[in-house]
Amino acid sequence: MTSAVSSGESITLKIDDKDISCRSGETILAVARENNIDIPTLCFMEGLSVWGGCRLCLVEVAGSPKLQAACATVCTEGMNVVTASPRLKEYRKMIVEMLFAERNHVCSVCVSNGHCELQDMAVKLEIDHVRFPYRYPHLQVDNSHDRARMDHNRCILCTRCVRVCAEIEGAHTKDVKGRGVLAAIIHDLDQPWGESETCTSCGKCVNVCPTGALTHRGTAVGEMQKKTDFLPYLTLMRRTES
Amino acid sequence: MKPEELTSMMEKARADMQAFDHHINVCTESGCISLQSDLLLKTLGDEVKHRGLTEKVCVKGVGCMGLCCNGPLVKANTTLYQNVKSEHAPAIVDSLSSQPVQELLCDTQQPFFTRQKLIVRENSGRVDPESLIDCIAHGAYQALLKVLTSMTPQQVIQEIADSGLRGRGGAGFPTGLKWATVAKAPGTRKYVICNGDEGDPGAFMDRSMMEGDPHRVLEGMAIAAYAVGAQQGVIYVRAEYPLAVKRLTKAINMAHRHDLIGHNIFGTKFDFNVEIRLGAGAFVCGEETALIASVEGKRGLPRPRPPYPANSGLFGCPTLINNVETYANIAPIINNGAASFAQIGTEKSKGTKIFALTGKIKNTGLIEVPMGIRLKDIIYDIAGGIPDGRAFKAVQTGGPSGGCIPADMLDITVDYESLTKAGSIMGSGGMIVMDETSNMVDVARFFMEFCMTESCGKCVPCRVGTYEMHELLDRIYEKRGTLDDLQLLKDLCGMVKQTSLCGLGQSAPNPVLSTLRYFEHEYLDLINQAQASEADRNAAAKGESIKLEVLS
Amino acid sequence: MTNATTKPTVATVWLDGCSGCHMSFMDLDERLMTLAGLVDILHSPVVDSKEFPQNVDLTLVEGAVSSEEDLHKANIIRARSKYVIAMGDCAVTGNVPAMRNYWDRSDLFDRAYVENAQEPVSPEARKALLPLAVVPPLRPHATPLHEVIKVDLYLPGCPPPADAIWFVLTELLAGRVPNAMSVSRFGK
Ligand SMILES: Cc1cc2nc3c(=O)[nH]c(=O)nc-3n(C[C@H](O)[C@H](O)[C@H](O)COP(=O)(O)O)c2cc1C
Ligand code: SF4
Ligand code: SF4
Ligand code: SF4
Repeated sequence: MTSAVSSGESITLKIDDKDISCRSGETILAVARENNIDIPTLCFMEGLSVWGGCRLCLVEVAGSPKLQAACATVCTEGMNVVTASPRLKEYRKMIVEMLFAERNHVCSVCVSNGHCELQDMAVKLEIDHVRFPYRYPHLQVDNSHDRARMDHNRCILCTRCVRVCAEIEGAHTKDVKGRGVLAAIIHDLDQPWGESETCTSCGKCVNVCPTGALTHRGTAVGEMQKKTDFLPYLTLMRRTES
Repeated sequence: MKPEELTSMMEKARADMQAFDHHINVCTESGCISLQSDLLLKTLGDEVKHRGLTEKVCVKGVGCMGLCCNGPLVKANTTLYQNVKSEHAPAIVDSLSSQPVQELLCDTQQPFFTRQKLIVRENSGRVDPESLIDCIAHGAYQALLKVLTSMTPQQVIQEIADSGLRGRGGAGFPTGLKWATVAKAPGTRKYVICNGDEGDPGAFMDRSMMEGDPHRVLEGMAIAAYAVGAQQGVIYVRAEYPLAVKRLTKAINMAHRHDLIGHNIFGTKFDFNVEIRLGAGAFVCGEETALIASVEGKRGLPRPRPPYPANSGLFGCPTLINNVETYANIAPIINNGAASFAQIGTEKSKGTKIFALTGKIKNTGLIEVPMGIRLKDIIYDIAGGIPDGRAFKAVQTGGPSGGCIPADMLDITVDYESLTKAGSIMGSGGMIVMDETSNMVDVARFFMEFCMTESCGKCVPCRVGTYEMHELLDRIYEKRGTLDDLQLLKDLCGMVKQTSLCGLGQSAPNPVLSTLRYFEHEYLDLINQAQASEADRNAAAKGESIKLEVLS
Repeated sequence: MTNATTKPTVATVWLDGCSGCHMSFMDLDERLMTLAGLVDILHSPVVDSKEFPQNVDLTLVEGAVSSEEDLHKANIIRARSKYVIAMGDCAVTGNVPAMRNYWDRSDLFDRAYVENAQEPVSPEARKALLPLAVVPPLRPHATPLHEVIKVDLYLPGCPPPADAIWFVLTELLAGRVPNAMSVSRFGK
């Protein structure tokens, strides 16, 4: 489950006018998903630590002046949550549009075309164009690894790859350098991926990457499909073993 | 050190001081040092030595006296001199027993000095920050002594709560309440952190406090630690403040040597240690959760709250985090009582506030004023108005997280509530004054550029939103903007404010919102100019019968 | 160019595109005949007219705005059309033409006409032949259409499938505003 600290005590709350009960310690996101209420996310991934950076899962909680990230907010007794008000929908659209404007997403020639969470999100949120000025940064493709490829043009800085590498594989090859829009994923001390001493070539990062930023070498347009099922199994197995 | 020793040390130090016939205080903070006041201090010392007056004249370096634009400042007994250079040393020593040096005189009766109320900065400009003895002579550690020997932690917290003190780091959170939360939080290991990151452009209040009276900050932290049940303190200072780091380090070492921090302070069971951590100069590291991550040795990134640091902070332990100036307020509250503090200010904003005056203003420097003073009095009285006969246009308070206040609102009082109502914030105390030559779109663009480059990049709305807002401001300012761009800018402001993860993003739109509130016509003027040329082009397109070759 | 009938008038234009969207348009196949009964296609790369007509009801624009000429055309299109559809990813997002935006234009020219060219043999001579005079100058960036003119409807896709074009056109002709994302997406 999303939250490791559910203590089992039962609490009740309302999500989108639906009466729901859950165990204390569970996050709004986990409870909503258990109850088939869809809250969009990009940086969140079951089995990895909570990041709270994409801001797509923001919800309204009655009585709280600020929007709350559903992935990072624990349910409390009597909570009243709204997950899809017109305002939230508009904010989500703007956020995803900004991701398209930030780097260079040329879906038609992207290896992940048709299998991309960012692209799917645009469809889900009915984004047919981007209102913001495009940034057109000049970014590199790191082709130095013998199995995988990092295309910074497609990266949305969700840090799923960083977290899976550090938390699941235990290698911590990846991290982030720089600030603001200049932030970028790096390997070890900002060296080409292929020269990394710590990368085990496990490929987990490729599979958790929501976009065409991390792909297997030798994939052509539209060919890259990710397998994310391994992660819940892996975390579940480790939990039962320990 | 035993309790009696502090008193005897103080008395002895005071007697030693009185043994001198004359005192010369030279400002040795970063501002004046950049004008070579360190050389001046040395020259004055040498001059006294050459004349064989070392027994009679005490020459020492002190903290900031406020009027930084006229530095270096030197106080010779009760006479204040400005713009002093090393070559003036002989004349100043001459003047001690005769007439003041006329051409260097700085009028201490001008409103800049008389309208201030010095509580936090009472010893700044009076004590030698590098001398523990001198600080003790001026009352340092008396409050700590009082607290440790005669008050329970609960009483201390109550006293701070009663004083009405609110955090000086920006948000104005009630300090007593914060202390009570940390005190109540379960856990045996707790921390107190002093936030000396001070990243706002144009702000240097905290630097001055750390450079000019570091023991007061330490004392405030020790009292806080006692109140909340912490044994370890961390001072987080930006590495760009080397002098502050040096003086704090020295202060900690000296206080240690005299057992004012360390084990069993004043013979009580209270232990308290402090260490300094350097920030690498990221604005976001002033945000409390980012600061904590940075202290832990991680990337300085904010994280979602709750949990708040009061419950889960440094290394997951309950952590009190306050601003430098907040800690510097503690000793006077304890010494003089909550009531005397609460007497100053307005109903909800008590005490004094330090401001750093910069921009198009006659007197730039540091001032401490009672809360509730009219903004007008600061601008025209204390700061002496706008130079070169220009007209005042607006004052930016709260730095990149704040907003501007226009001329017709100068009657508002300076307190947390009125500044917020006016669309700005108190912030940490930066005040940037703009005159009629400033374009407010350009001002907004300046602050947005700051937020854009300082955004940590963790969350999308702030990372990309600040870039996009800056781009739109750029377009409008460079007369390429449209009304659609303006609308998009407004939409972005609302969205970035509501959806960003931390205070940096949440407040980044403020300078745009407040300039839009008071100076929207400046945006519209620029857009109209852009539209005029656009309209010409469209008219041409409509009438023109040029052939549209399909292939060209 | 007169507008004799009361049928809605349609124009299609390509700017900086690959003509793929127009191919997809042609893929309407027999539906083109139906369309011809519903609207008058006044101007198009596939229609023999040179001048963009006045008073068009609906214009489909393929391609990004890359050159000064594209910009000029876009302005004319907007001034003379009631309803403008950005057709395909190039018009909607910039897409492939915008991939040149990360470089400076002079570097692009060097790459295309000096570095990667073989004739004449001397690089200096190749440099002298840079096509800077006759062709319309490139703008600093190839941009989506809506960066320069107001766009009324966006139909993404590379190219948008014929079915998507058909859906959008028939919905509009029926007086409804279609949701293009229900039939296409970026990169489709
Ligand atoms: C982007 C950002 C920067 C901040 N910078 C500072 C700073 O430089 N100094 C400071 O004391 N507080 C700063 N704060 C506020 C701190 O997060 C925190 O609220 C404060 O240190 C609490 O102390 P106080 O209660 O004494 O004000 C900043 C907050 C944000 C969001
Ligand atoms: S990563 Fe996804 S959104 Fe980006 S270009 Fe590739 S398919 Fe499109
Ligand atoms: S490379 Fe992929 S997983 Fe890693 S931060 Fe970028 S988009 Fe996310
Ligand atoms: S609001 Fe800005 S500074 Fe704060 S977490 Fe988000 S990106 Fe970082």
